[in-house]
Amino acid sequence: MTATTLPRGDSATEPDPPHDEPAGAPPTREGRRPAATAGRALGLGVVGLWLSVIVLLPLAALTVRSFDEGVGGFWDAVTAPVALAALGVTLGVSAVVALLNAVMGTLVAWVLVRDDFPGQRVVNALIDLPFALPTIVASIVLLSLYGPNSPVGIHLNATRWALVVALTFVTLPFVVRSVQPVLIELDREVEEAAASLGASNLTTFRRVVLPTLAPAVISGTGLAFARAVGEYGSVVLIGGNIPRETQVVSQYIQQQIEIDRPANAAAVSVALLAVSFLTLFVLRVWAGRNQRKEARSS
Amino acid sequence: MISVTDARKTYGDFVALDGVSIDIPSGSLTALLGPSGSGKSTLLRSIAGLEGLDGGVVSIAGVDVTHQPPQKRGIGFVFQHYAAFKHMTVRDNVAFGLTIRKRPKAEVRKKVDDLLEIVGLDGFQHRYPSQLSGGQRQRMALARALAVDPQVLLLDEPFGALDAKVRADLRRWLRRLHDEVHVTTVLVTHDQEEALDVADRIAVLNQGRIEQVGDPVSLYEKPANDFVMSFLGSVARLGGQLVRPHDIVLERDRAAAFEADARTPGSPGVVTATVERVVRLGFEVRVELRADSGERFAAQVTRAEADRQQFGPGETVHARATRPADATEVDPALAI
Repeated sequence: MTATTLPRGDSATEPDPPHDEPAGAPPTREGRRPAATAGRALGLGVVGLWLSVIVLLPLAALTVRSFDEGVGGFWDAVTAPVALAALGVTLGVSAVVALLNAVMGTLVAWVLVRDDFPGQRVVNALIDLPFALPTIVASIVLLSLYGPNSPVGIHLNATRWALVVALTFVTLPFVVRSVQPVLIELDREVEEAAASLGASNLTTFRRVVLPTLAPAVISGTGLAFARAVGEYGSVVLIGGNIPRETQVVSQYIQQQIEIDRPANAAAVSVALLAVSFLTLFVLRVWAGRNQRKEARSS
Repeated sequence: MISVTDARKTYGDFVALDGVSIDIPSGSLTALLGPSGSGKSTLLRSIAGLEGLDGGVVSIAGVDVTHQPPQKRGIGFVFQHYAAFKHMTVRDNVAFGLTIRKRPKAEVRKKVDDLLEIVGLDGFQHRYPSQLSGGQRQRMALARALAVDPQVLLLDEPFGALDAKVRADLRRWLRRLHDEVHVTTVLVTHDQEEALDVADRIAVLNQGRIEQVGDPVSLYEKPANDFVMSFLGSVARLGGQLVRPHDIVLERDRAAAFEADARTPGSPGVVTATVERVVRLGFEVRVELRADSGERFAAQVTRAEADRQQFGPGETVHARATRPADATEVDPALAI
């Protein structure tokens, strides 16, 4: 057997991996030319200013406002039973919607990429419609379809199912659009290799395809979840706005504004913000770790 | 033995396989050689079951597998672009076929380590494919394919994505590996040098048909037709016939050329030509010539011969072939 054994670490005689694959660590900042420094400083400045004005400032203002009545006031506002119930409904329904999206969105992306059927391009274009549509329109559509005068005999008005349906509708594109490009790039030969090694289609999907898709599925699901948590327009008509039943946080906030309790509204908003931020942050860290695992430098 | 009978496959209007029949003996290393679009990859993929046939029969070791999925054919397949499982370590890649068969962990571990030693990747167990060079990735893919003890090993342009030096090293290594492992191996390539270097049998394909099957020497020495001749090795056209450049003799003396040519029955005759350029390629010297008819060709002579005759550009020489390259003079057993 020794006759065929090549010397170890013979990378000297072999080329570097092709550059289309992640190879080793990214170039270090110190390695850049000094001429680029000024440009980079300018770029950083512009981005910093822009993010401050658009994102940080309003969020800071909101946070300050939420503590108008002190820490105790903040705590009371957030832990008021109706507020907690609204938070619970929102998070629960959003979690269900996110999971639905993870499964169905992946399936839709799969069919759109892998199958050939008439009208495929139209269907592909339709995916983005919930994005483009004003969400209130979605609510009207759902109300006329599943409302009290439902032509199909399904009455979801003012139930949690209505929330699920409405939120699933508006969050449809997230998983589909994040999984699609990854599926297109996915090397079919990898699946063929698994098949040639004896793996059934299910095993191939579970052990080869899914791990490749997972980061995209998770990031799409996270975005869908964050969007569902903050959604207002699509649930406003069909949701029913019943406190402790179907009232979502955004509706609760709206209600607090209407009864002139802006500090309460701000406090609950901050709680909502924290949840959204935490979701996105956890996903980012998770995705980053996964990427490093794949491209760990030698 | 792999046996393919009257395989047919079309993609729309394109005929990929036009009634291909071939027997591949057990333990051989057979190269399917042909230009792109000749159907060689389709043939390999239909042996693997990755491609369904429109007609014909594929059998492996006497079992008709035409309608079997690749999972059940007992094959190992190596792809040009490695098809590595990028999210798995080298060890997990090689172990894949064994772990899905639920073999005991200790057995898997031992087998994987043995294979990694054979392919020279010992110590790379915990790396990811992205941390390997192209040649290393392909050796990992080979180990992965061998791990399941395949009846046949199928390689689709396995060295096509590598640079010349690595390619030459790897194919000689593959040859040695084959001499040890003896698994029936089919290799697809468009590189005639690779086929001549590594294979003990070559099937030349063109436009979905097999032109000729045989061992490298008979294909080179006795090509069934002009296509095989020009695809396997270089050719020159002398007096309307295809000859090997190294079979051309150049003489300054016209009479001597004619006298020698008269002793070679069936030769293309003596062609008077002007030397255009003399290129020294180490041991060989290539003399580029233009015949009086205007046709350009090149002769390959030894350095000693070139030194003796001192050819220079603009000089007139008389070219003859030492033997006829008669495409019809072929052992019928070799032609298909």
